[in-house]
Amino acid sequence: MAQHQVNYTSSAGLPIALTSVDKLVNWGRSNSLWPLTYGLACCAIEMMASGASRYDFDRMGTIFRASPRQADVMILAGTLSKKHAEFARRLYDQMTEPKWVISMGSCANTGGMFNTYATVQGVDRIIPVDIYLPGCAPRPETLQYALMMLQKKIRRESANMNKNQKQDLTTQTSKKRARLI
Amino acid sequence: MRKYVPKDNVQKKAYYTDRYHVVPKVPQSEVVEGTHFAKVLEALENLVLSSSVQLGQMVLHINPKDNFEVIKILKEQCGYTQCSEQSAVDYLAKENEFELFWQLLNINEAKRVRVVCRLAKGEAIESIVPLFNSANFAEREMFDMFGIKVNNHPFLKRIIMPDDWEGHPLLKTYPLFGDEAASWYEVDKIFGKEYRDIIGPENRDPAKIDMKDTKRFSRIGYEVPFGTEYNADKEVPIEYSETLLVNYNKKASKQLDERK
Amino acid sequence: MQVPNKLTPFFENLNFERDDNTMVINFGPQHPSAHGQLRLVLELDGEQVVKAYPDIGYLHRGIEKMAENMTYNEFLPTTDRLDYIASTSNNYAYALAVEKLLGIEAPRRAQAIRTMLLELNRVISHLFFIATHALDVGAMSVFLYAFREREFGMDLMEDYCGARLTHSAVRIGGVPLDLPEGWLENLAAFCDKVDYEIEHTYGALLNENRIWKMRLEDVGVISAEDALNWGCTGIMLRGSGVKYDIRKEEPYELYPELDFDIPVSDRCDSYGRFRLYMEEMRQSTRILRQLIPIYKETQPQLMAHAPKYISATKEDIMTQNYALMQHFVLVAQGMRPPRGEVYVPTESPKGELGFYIKSEGDPYAYRLKCRAPSFFHTGLLQELLVGTYLADVVTIIGTTNIVFGEVDR
Repeated sequence: MAQHQVNYTSSAGLPIALTSVDKLVNWGRSNSLWPLTYGLACCAIEMMASGASRYDFDRMGTIFRASPRQADVMILAGTLSKKHAEFARRLYDQMTEPKWVISMGSCANTGGMFNTYATVQGVDRIIPVDIYLPGCAPRPETLQYALMMLQKKIRRESANMNKNQKQDLTTQTSKKRARLI
Repeated sequence: MRKYVPKDNVQKKAYYTDRYHVVPKVPQSEVVEGTHFAKVLEALENLVLSSSVQLGQMVLHINPKDNFEVIKILKEQCGYTQCSEQSAVDYLAKENEFELFWQLLNINEAKRVRVVCRLAKGEAIESIVPLFNSANFAEREMFDMFGIKVNNHPFLKRIIMPDDWEGHPLLKTYPLFGDEAASWYEVDKIFGKEYRDIIGPENRDPAKIDMKDTKRFSRIGYEVPFGTEYNADKEVPIEYSETLLVNYNKKASKQLDERK
Repeated sequence: MQVPNKLTPFFENLNFERDDNTMVINFGPQHPSAHGQLRLVLELDGEQVVKAYPDIGYLHRGIEKMAENMTYNEFLPTTDRLDYIASTSNNYAYALAVEKLLGIEAPRRAQAIRTMLLELNRVISHLFFIATHALDVGAMSVFLYAFREREFGMDLMEDYCGARLTHSAVRIGGVPLDLPEGWLENLAAFCDKVDYEIEHTYGALLNENRIWKMRLEDVGVISAEDALNWGCTGIMLRGSGVKYDIRKEEPYELYPELDFDIPVSDRCDSYGRFRLYMEEMRQSTRILRQLIPIYKETQPQLMAHAPKYISATKEDIMTQNYALMQHFVLVAQGMRPPRGEVYVPTESPKGELGFYIKSEGDPYAYRLKCRAPSFFHTGLLQELLVGTYLADVVTIIGTTNIVFGEVDR
C-alpha cells in the first residue's frame, strides 16, 4: 500500500458535496465541450480566431478535436454545399452520443446569401441543430456566446440521453420509416 | 394570361430598359505596326480571323479547329509561356454556339493575349493540355459547367459538381435556384427519395416568415422547442441573456472596509 | 447510437487494394490541415505517394452564376467570400475590372486608401499563412503568436469598415469612407509591431529552426518551367525564381510611385517560399509607411465622378434633385456598362487574381469568370505530391496556401 494514501471520506480531507447525478453529469458535459474542427468556409477563420490567442477558447474547456469520435459538438462553420452534405451527415453519425450541433453563420442556418443551386438551404435539412448562430461571419465573441448558450441548454437537459428528445429527422419519423421499409 | 418567359435564357433580366438607351462599346483599336503584338500577328499569319487591342490586351479571333496550332505558335515562337485562364461564354440562346477564350501571358514582355473562338453546339474542342498543364483543371471545369467536350483530355470528368449531378450549371438554361434534381439532391442522397415529403421543399424566399412554423427559426424572440404545436395564446417572449447585476451598495462596501 | 440511414455501413477511410500492392487513402474533405474542403485521394506505396488525385468542389457556391443574376454593385459583397482571408483584395480586383469596363478611374485619395487596404490585407493574409502553415507542420506556438498580430491588423480593418472578415471596403469607383481619426497612427504602430515580430518572433522561432528546416527544405520542389506551365502565380512562381509581380509589371493604383522590392527565391522549395512570405510582409509594411505621407497630400474626394454609373456623394443626394434621381435609377435598375469584355489581373496575396467580365450592356453581367490563383495551385498538387512521403503532403498543401472559397467559387 502506498504510504501517502489519503482517504478523503474518513480522514476529513475534503468536504462532501451532495448533488443530483443529473447536475453532476451535466456539469461535466457542459464544461468540457470538445468541438470537431469542421471548418467549411469563411466562418472557419473566425472559429480559428476564437481558438487562438486573443479569444482563447481553451479557458471554456473547449479544445478542438480533429476526429469526430472524440468530439461532442459539431460547429458547422460555413456554407454547406450539396456535394459536401453527405459527408456532414456521415461525420455527424460518426460522433458518439451525447452530441450537439452549432450551426454557425447565415449560410449554415438558411443558406444565407448563397441562394443558389449548389448550397444546402439550412443544415437543419440534414442534421438536427441545437444552436443557430446568426452573422456573416459571426465574430469570435458571438461563437463563444453560442457555446455558453449550449452549455446552458445542456445543464437543463436530463443526463439520461434517452429522455431528451433529439430532433433528428430520422428518429422523429421512425414509424413512417418502418412502414416504408 | 401568364406572361411569356423565354426558356432558353432563364437568368435575371432588366425589368425596364429605356427605349432610347444606346449601349456604348468598350474602346477597341487596331494593332499598331512595329509593336510586340504586330510580331505576334505576323507569326500567326493567316490563322487569325480578326484581331484588335482592347485595354492593352490583344484579342485574336480564330477558327475552333486551329486552337491547338495557334496556342502552340504563341507558346513556342512568341513566348506566351503561361495560360492563365480558359473558359467559355454561353451564346446558345442567341447564336446557338459557345464562345471559348484562352488568356495567355508573356512573362518577359508582360503582355497578355486573349484567343477567342466560337464553337457550335455539340462540337468538341481540342485539348491544350500537352502545351499547358494548367488547362487540365480549366478544361475540366469548362466541361463541368457548360458540357463542352474536350478531345484528347487525359481525364475529362466533372470537377466541381458531384459525379451524379444533372445538368451543367453555368448554361443560361439552368436556373439560379437549380432544377428539380438539384433541389432534392442532398435529401435523395442521404435519406432517400421517400424522405422528400418528410423534410419538405427548400425555402428559396429569404423574406418568408411563417408564424406557425416551429421547425425553422423564423420566430425570433418567440422560439419554441422544435416541432411543437403552434399555440397563439402561449406566445412567450424569450429572454436571450440573463444579466446579473451585482448590487454594490454603500452598506456592502462598508462591510468590506470593516473587514479590512 | 448510430442512426442507420442510406450511408450505412460506415466505411472506413482506408481501402486496401491487393492488385498492385498500393494503398489508397482518402484525405479530406474534413481534415484539419486540408485548408478547408480539399479532398485528396492518395495512392501510397509504403509511405510514398504514387498518385495523387485532388477532388475539389466541396465549397462550390455558384458565385459565377450569382454574378449573372445580380447587378454589378449587388455582386460586390459576394466577392468577399472568395478569398475570405484577404477580402479586400477580391473586392478590389472586381471593382478594378468593372472600372476598366466603364473606363473610369478612382480619385487619388481613394487610390491611396485602396493601396493601404490591399497591403494591410496582404500582411493579414501572410500572417495567417505563417500561422496555419506552422500549425500544420507542428509548431503550435507560432500559430498563437501570428494570430495575436493578425488580430491587430483585423482591428485596423474593423476601425475602417466595421467588419473583421468580410470587408466590402472597396466600391466600384472608389471607397465609401475616409479613414477614421487616428487610424494612420495606429497603422504606423502596427507596421512597427509586425516588423519587430517578423524579426524577433517568427524569424527567431522558425528561420533557423532545425526541425522546421528539416520539414520544409527540399519539400515540394517545383522548377520554374513547371511553375509557369501549371499556371502558378504569386509566391509559388517567385519561389521558383521567376521574378514576376503584377504590381511591378502591370502596375495599378499607386504602385508605380512606390518604392518596394520583389523578393525572389531560387530554392524552389517550401522553405524558400516561407522566407518569401516573411520578406513580402516586410515589403508591405514598407509600402504602408510610404503611403501615410502620400495620403495626407490628397484631396478629400472619395468616389469617381461619373453620374452615369456611380451615385453622387451622400451630401449631393440629399441636397440636389438630379443627384437623387440618378441615385434612385442606379439603385433600382443598376448601372449599364458598355458592351464588351475585359480581363484585369491583380496581385492578390495568393497570386494572380483576375476577373473576366463579359458585358452585353445589361445591368447584369453576361458572364463573369473569376481567375483564382488557388484553383491552379490545387491542380498543381496532382504532380507536386507524386514521389513525396505522406508526412510531407501536409507541408506541400500548406505551402501552396490555397483557400477553398476561391478554388471552388
